[in-house]
Amino acid sequence: MAVPPAGPWSGLVRDALVAALVAGLLALPFVGLETYDIGGGALGIRTHFDRVAIAIAAVFAGRFLYRLLRQLYRERPPSAAPPLARIAAWGNRRAAAITLVGLGFALALPFLPMSSRYLIDLGTTVLIYVMLGWGLNIVVGLAGLLDLGYVAFYAVGAYTFALLAHNLGFTFWEALPLTGLVAASFGIILGFPVLRLRGDYLAIVTLGFGEIIRIVLLNWSAMTGGPNGISEIPRPTFFSLPFARNAPEGTTSFAQFFGLDFSPDHRVIFLYYVILALALVTNWFTLRIRRLPVGRAWEALREDEIACRALGINPTNVKLSAFAIGAMFGGFAGAFFATRQGFISPESFTFMESATILAIVVLGGMGSQMGVVLAAILLVTAPEFGRAFAEFRMLVFGAAMVAIMVWRPGGLLARREPSLHLEPRPTAAQSR
Amino acid sequence: MAYFLQQLINGLTLGSIYGLIAIGYTMVYGIIGMINFAHGEIYMIGAFVSVTAFVLLGLIGVSPVPLALAIVLLTAMLFTALYGWAVERIAYRPLRGSSRLAPLISAIGMSIFLQNYAQITQGARLKPMPPLVEGGFTVFESGGFAVRLSVLQLLIMVLTLVLMAGFTTVIARSRLGRAQRACEQDIVMASLLGIDVDRVISATFVMGAALAAVAGVMVTLYYGVVDFFIGFLAGVKAFTAAVLGGIGSLPGAMLGGLLIGLIEAFWSGYFSVEYKDLSVFAILILVLVFRPSGLLGRPEVEKV
Repeated sequence: MAVPPAGPWSGLVRDALVAALVAGLLALPFVGLETYDIGGGALGIRTHFDRVAIAIAAVFAGRFLYRLLRQLYRERPPSAAPPLARIAAWGNRRAAAITLVGLGFALALPFLPMSSRYLIDLGTTVLIYVMLGWGLNIVVGLAGLLDLGYVAFYAVGAYTFALLAHNLGFTFWEALPLTGLVAASFGIILGFPVLRLRGDYLAIVTLGFGEIIRIVLLNWSAMTGGPNGISEIPRPTFFSLPFARNAPEGTTSFAQFFGLDFSPDHRVIFLYYVILALALVTNWFTLRIRRLPVGRAWEALREDEIACRALGINPTNVKLSAFAIGAMFGGFAGAFFATRQGFISPESFTFMESATILAIVVLGGMGSQMGVVLAAILLVTAPEFGRAFAEFRMLVFGAAMVAIMVWRPGGLLARREPSLHLEPRPTAAQSR
Repeated sequence: MAYFLQQLINGLTLGSIYGLIAIGYTMVYGIIGMINFAHGEIYMIGAFVSVTAFVLLGLIGVSPVPLALAIVLLTAMLFTALYGWAVERIAYRPLRGSSRLAPLISAIGMSIFLQNYAQITQGARLKPMPPLVEGGFTVFESGGFAVRLSVLQLLIMVLTLVLMAGFTTVIARSRLGRAQRACEQDIVMASLLGIDVDRVISATFVMGAALAAVAGVMVTLYYGVVDFFIGFLAGVKAFTAAVLGGIGSLPGAMLGGLLIGLIEAFWSGYFSVEYKDLSVFAILILVLVFRPSGLLGRPEVEKV
């Protein structure tokens, strides 16, 4: 756009006016004119010119203030980093303390005085997304492979468990390792041919794969129940003690065994701890594998593939391992999702779900474990604050993804520097 | 034979529409090397603008169909082009020169944003459109099966041909087209030689969006319904078309579009309607794996 001329005010005003004009034109056909059904397959038009006016005013004010602030900021010497970066830096310095407090809170959540069944359920949902985010972080954050079809592995895990339980009578704990294995095999089957592709092609192919899985689940009715999905998926047991009011013949229920009064909350709390444990395993695994040669290779590959090839790293194998491991954790999460809901259908595994998980990883800062937690909490709890939030959730998601890429391409808590440095940085070598 | 001919006509119609959208992908990829993931949403915007414009014209009482159609086409192209311009300006330009993935993620964000923007402002329900262009001819008849070519199908194919011809002329003859080809070859060198690269890229987005808008208007008329979700699938299919034809190549985009349209029509005609989208995704994966440069594209060399 036009460079601000010598007169500071006129330039700013003109720039803001142009922006407001464009915004007005953009808003006119969508915000200003709303078509609606008037019955009989015909459409009428409602006008909302007041909203267009508000949009124009908001854009004018916003653009003006933004340019003004930038001008003022530029005149001052850049003494300190921008506030967000400072917060992130503070978080990185205090990472250990924050982790402990967060972990303590997560462990204590079901027994805090203000906890309710609703809160624990919400916590469980957040943790599912944290786990998915951590799983995808291996692929996107560490290995730098943009996967737009991660939900496929989540779906594979969920359907594997549901089918094993229905057809072969597996329980959750028996099926869990298998779901990870099956999901990882799917990762390898997909990854083997396509991982040679460049980053953005890979993204589109994974998207296609995700859709293929969904279409097959939707249409292969004999196996997957089609759009009706699979219901009556068995619940997990506590060392083969079921959570039930009346235990089936010959077994004791959890409440009976411990001499407690039966309460449906037991299962909710148990599920919460199961997913917490699964998520922590994912995290621990990621943190450890980063220090192994394969983890180092992932990060090196993300930074410079050609250099890696020159150093004798086989990119396909290294990428494949990241893909398979990411898929495995997606499969675990899927199995948990199935056992928690008791019902799955292809509707839970749309592209939007993939985009949400990706948004969590991206917003948190690719490669940052803490960022994933933060972003998952933000994205999952936002709609709970009210209808308005729920309606605008995805809109804000999209806008936030754009804004974060534009302003902080590394994410909120960017931590993309490789785990290993050549420079003599005494603390950096072991940091994560 | 008759059935085959009918599927051929349907496929060519569909393929024309995909081809129009695919041009936007292929041009942007050719010049700045990014996948404009939000392009499918631009097409959806075009479809929605056309619905609004049709309803407005109906209320004002513009009855001659060709006149109404021309006005709607122009309005849709104008507003959609503005959207295309704004998307580039907001979401892609600040990211030029950063890593390959950043613009792609930004584009996904833009796509999610636009989809929900349309849903919130226009409602989530299907928008029905009464058929505007009616009539058709029986091309061929055998064994009680008449092959129909509707006026609308003819219009879609002819319009696509005209637009393609005009577009190719612009690229081959005009100053802007020359600048675009220069940028495609070497963007840094082009800027050193005095080409305003920002303007060329903006123009590319505007042109791509205008063509997508035409596709949006045509789809609105062809199917008679529009909703906020049509951009995703059409976008993926058009992208597949662009990849199949060879991304970066204009005739490739058109050829790819027609092929995808034909494959889809024949697949749903002879195999199964349920799995017709699967065929497109499968083709996408197969092409990318076995012939990433497409039918008419040049292989890309990765340099340090």
